[in-house]
Amino acid sequence: MAAKTRSSIKEPLFDRVFYAITFILLLLLLIIILYPLWFVLMASLSDAQYVNNGTILLYPRGFTVLGYERTLLDEDIWIGYGNTILYTGGGTIIGTFCTVLAGYALSRTDLPGHNIIMKLFVFTMYFGGGMIPFYIIIKNLNLLDTRFLMIIISCITVYNIILVRSYFVTSLPKELFEAASIDGCGNTRFMFTIVVPLSKAIISVIALYVAVSYWNSYFYPMIFLSDFNKRPLQLVLREILLTANMNTADSGTDPVAAQRLAQMSSVIKYSAIVISTVPIICVYPFIQKYFVQGVMIGSVKG
Amino acid sequence: MAAKAKATAPVPAGELTPRQKKRKETIKLMKRNYELYFFLLPAVVFIALFMYAPLYGLQIAFKTYRTGDGIWGSPWVGLYWFEQFFNSPRSWQIIGNTLTISIYSLVVSFPFPIILAIILNYIKNLKFKRFSQTVTYMPYFISTVVLVGMMELFFSPSSGFINTIIKMFGGEAIYFMGEPKYFQHMYVWSGLWQSIGYSSIIYIAALSGVSPELHESAVIDGANILQRIWHIDIPSIMPTMVILLILSLGNIMNVGYEKVYLMQNDMTTNVSEVISTYVYKIGLVNAQFSFSTAIGLMNNVVNFIVLVIANTTANKIFGSGLW
Repeated sequence: MAAKTRSSIKEPLFDRVFYAITFILLLLLLIIILYPLWFVLMASLSDAQYVNNGTILLYPRGFTVLGYERTLLDEDIWIGYGNTILYTGGGTIIGTFCTVLAGYALSRTDLPGHNIIMKLFVFTMYFGGGMIPFYIIIKNLNLLDTRFLMIIISCITVYNIILVRSYFVTSLPKELFEAASIDGCGNTRFMFTIVVPLSKAIISVIALYVAVSYWNSYFYPMIFLSDFNKRPLQLVLREILLTANMNTADSGTDPVAAQRLAQMSSVIKYSAIVISTVPIICVYPFIQKYFVQGVMIGSVKG
Repeated sequence: MAAKAKATAPVPAGELTPRQKKRKETIKLMKRNYELYFFLLPAVVFIALFMYAPLYGLQIAFKTYRTGDGIWGSPWVGLYWFEQFFNSPRSWQIIGNTLTISIYSLVVSFPFPIILAIILNYIKNLKFKRFSQTVTYMPYFISTVVLVGMMELFFSPSSGFINTIIKMFGGEAIYFMGEPKYFQHMYVWSGLWQSIGYSSIIYIAALSGVSPELHESAVIDGANILQRIWHIDIPSIMPTMVILLILSLGNIMNVGYEKVYLMQNDMTTNVSEVISTYVYKIGLVNAQFSFSTAIGLMNNVVNFIVLVIANTTANKIFGSGLW
């Protein structure tokens, strides 16, 4: 692609000016995106005093890992982490498995009824019952405040099923199954010995989509959970980030310790952000390519 | 297959009619592929329980839901809850807030990813291009809780760096998160910060499909870069743009509760209360299930109608819609 505009003729002045301007704009955008992330990191490593009076701008001041120590001592963070890993892991495994199976079945145009099932699925993308009816159903199913609900709550989405389906429609030749079935291979065997090994890309995309949505979700846990020990990380974070001032106010009777803790609260917040976001940001460059693939499959409308 | 079956008429006596033949064929296919129905089973059960069962529950919008009586047993009240909603002065404020935030969001978040994709498309240094993509996609993976937490910290009047910079230039610290007049800007532009890269992927993909020959011949004909963008790039991503626009229009009354709810505080509720957060508060905080369901239903119906209108229009004008 780079070569397509490169020619032996010198580019016109207008184009060169254009390149310069877009380059500067892009650079500006990169700074706008990176600076806040960098700021979080350096604030989490700075002395509380400088963070509180807002005097750090470019690099950490009074380097310390005290914020991390404090945050990691917080039992809630660990409970949250454990729960999030359980919910994300469980939801991703179950969700990916069911989505790929369903997507494959719907990609088989020789399956009687595939069209009507597809239409029924797609309809739910555009029209839903809303929050309260959903809540009542969950309550009637006796799933309120259960870990099981947190694992399955959004593991299957119609969007992901469509993604898998259009992937199979476009990249799995029909003849493959015909040939296999002539050799006496049934659907189940075909699925697990031929389809699955051929579709690592789409499986990664789906697993990724599900995992990210689970890792970051807070609203369903908030409305469906009441037991503190079942809370995922995002709910714990919400407490720390957005309601922390109350917690620091009532921490013990020692006014000095309380004041110190109050002073620390902003550094603790920054550390908590880093601790909760690092897993995703670290894994992300390795999985970026799958994300891009997912969007591209999605754009080939099914 | 159906066409073939019809073509074989007239049917000799004793043989199957086309319809019977087709039916037999279908049953044979079903039998041969019965495993595929098992593949579908978990998803069907899930969709039935989590998507269709709530649709059945929608009837409580026309009833007064009482836990003891259940969805079916609660007494009908007709359109009582809808009247309640439209008769309260608050409702129009909430609808107004929702539309303002959502239209403002659309106007900002629609064009910028396209511009970014076009700029990236003309970056010649591949390494720099890839780096830019990695960086711009990154904020998408930050959770809403963390994003709002970061905003609270950055825009804090005492310690946030935004205010530090304002003060450096002699300005006065502003409590951005607590001032109603900033709420919408904060919501929309932080949303752009988070999604600009991710939303641009689809356009980058579409642009990479443009044939280089088109550009080459345009260059030979003396077209400058803006003319090439206007006459080659934009038309080639037009179908994608239309589809995404329809999808966003179908969500015009949907402002996600996640972020608004986290950003809200007592000072800003007059501008920040949107339909989805109102539904949540009326329904789950105040336990007025029927009232809340009615508001949600009205919202969904409006969305659905807008989506259908947008899609029909797109089909007429561009010949390409969602369905």
